[in-house]
Amino acid sequence: MTISETTVEGMIKDLPIPHNLKQVLLEDAIKVGVTKKEMEEIIERVMEEYEKSCVEPCEAVGVVSAQSIGEPGTQMTMRTFHYAGVAEINVTLGLPRLIEIVDARKNPSTPMMTVYLDEEISDDRDMATKTGWEIEATHIDHLADVTTDLANMQLVIDLNERSMSKREIDKESIIEKLEENLKVSVAPSKDIPNQIIVTPESPSYRELLQLAKKIKTVTLKGIEGIKRVVIRKEGDEYILYTEGSKLREVLEIDGVNKTRTTTNNIGEIYDVFGIEAARNAIIKEAMDTLREQGLSVDIRHIMLVADIMTCDGEIKQIGRHGISGEKASVFARAAFEVTVNHLLDAGLRGEVDSLNGVSENIIVGQPIKLGTGDVHLVARNPLES
Amino acid sequence: MSKFSLLDHELIPHHEIADEDELKSILKHYNIGREDLPKIKVSDPVVKEIGAEVGDVVKITRNSATAGEAMYYRYVID
Repeated sequence: MTISETTVEGMIKDLPIPHNLKQVLLEDAIKVGVTKKEMEEIIERVMEEYEKSCVEPCEAVGVVSAQSIGEPGTQMTMRTFHYAGVAEINVTLGLPRLIEIVDARKNPSTPMMTVYLDEEISDDRDMATKTGWEIEATHIDHLADVTTDLANMQLVIDLNERSMSKREIDKESIIEKLEENLKVSVAPSKDIPNQIIVTPESPSYRELLQLAKKIKTVTLKGIEGIKRVVIRKEGDEYILYTEGSKLREVLEIDGVNKTRTTTNNIGEIYDVFGIEAARNAIIKEAMDTLREQGLSVDIRHIMLVADIMTCDGEIKQIGRHGISGEKASVFARAAFEVTVNHLLDAGLRGEVDSLNGVSENIIVGQPIKLGTGDVHLVARNPLES
Repeated sequence: MSKFSLLDHELIPHHEIADEDELKSILKHYNIGREDLPKIKVSDPVVKEIGAEVGDVVKITRNSATAGEAMYYRYVID
């Protein structure tokens, strides 16, 4: 007689196995229909198989991870590539990117954001363009021709009406922004419409040239640091890709989907979304980088790396200034990088090495505490008990 | 700006302050103290959002690629 769904559920609910394994077990058992006795045997076999595939106690998972990531890493390209999805935006890929991730660089060499739009407007091309202009930094070069008038010691800005209406920005706001940022007199021209005259404080040649340079750096609209926005249609929705990354600022713009928008700058994710999101981002970025190169590394290795990098509540790099530099043993640190400095410092401070780890025991030539080396045999006296 | 919860974001798993009884049984199972758990800073945006304080343990329900759903615990530090 087959047993009911609730009975099966009750039988597997408290098994010490992962969630999705339980799910599969439950679905399959119900689909096929099993008797209680069969179910008991299934569970017994599943548990046996599960225990077999678990990592053995004392296994060196870190070394296995290092090798599993390192070996495919040798086959990665040293070149910077174009991003597979967005041809216009250049993104660091391959080995340089992987190094960037494990080194936990504060600013990646090519920051990039993927901005999703709110559901109501995600299929609206015009709204996507409009949001794009809110994000992309607009400088005076985009809107006008700036000429230096040496005769009258002033800068003449000839505004281009078409690009102004395209970016939804008017003359008054340009004047206001320029005045605020440059702190000099900015006034519309009396004779010619769409012309703005900027006069430096004192009529010196040097100051005029400096002003001409400075005016190009003023952000008139959008977010400073976002150099470009590319709009792409993927499926039914428009997605904005940006060159440059400013997560906190972009999230505050109307129309931006606050639950999906993300960046490839892990440091920024940590600041805005916290440590768990940073861990997820490390895993995602590392896996994407490897996958893009056609390499398949088991996600568990990457997860281990991400867990170690984030276990102290902040992102630590794998290296001299992070995980390896914090090891308790002098020998272990010296074995990694800058050997002499570590030994010298340890000598000056009179450090004691209790030889608990792996590297230090290899250096002194002792058995290491790994695998069978970590197990001690204890003989029980048969006369007792 | 419309208010939104950080916890709604795709990258952020569910965080909550761990139940004391549950925590005790877990610490006992692994034979560790709560300061042996992985850490999370009290300045972490999500910790602020759920209002955890230094000394609390945050329970995180991760969407794991290998296990479907996985529990993780972090001890809140300064």
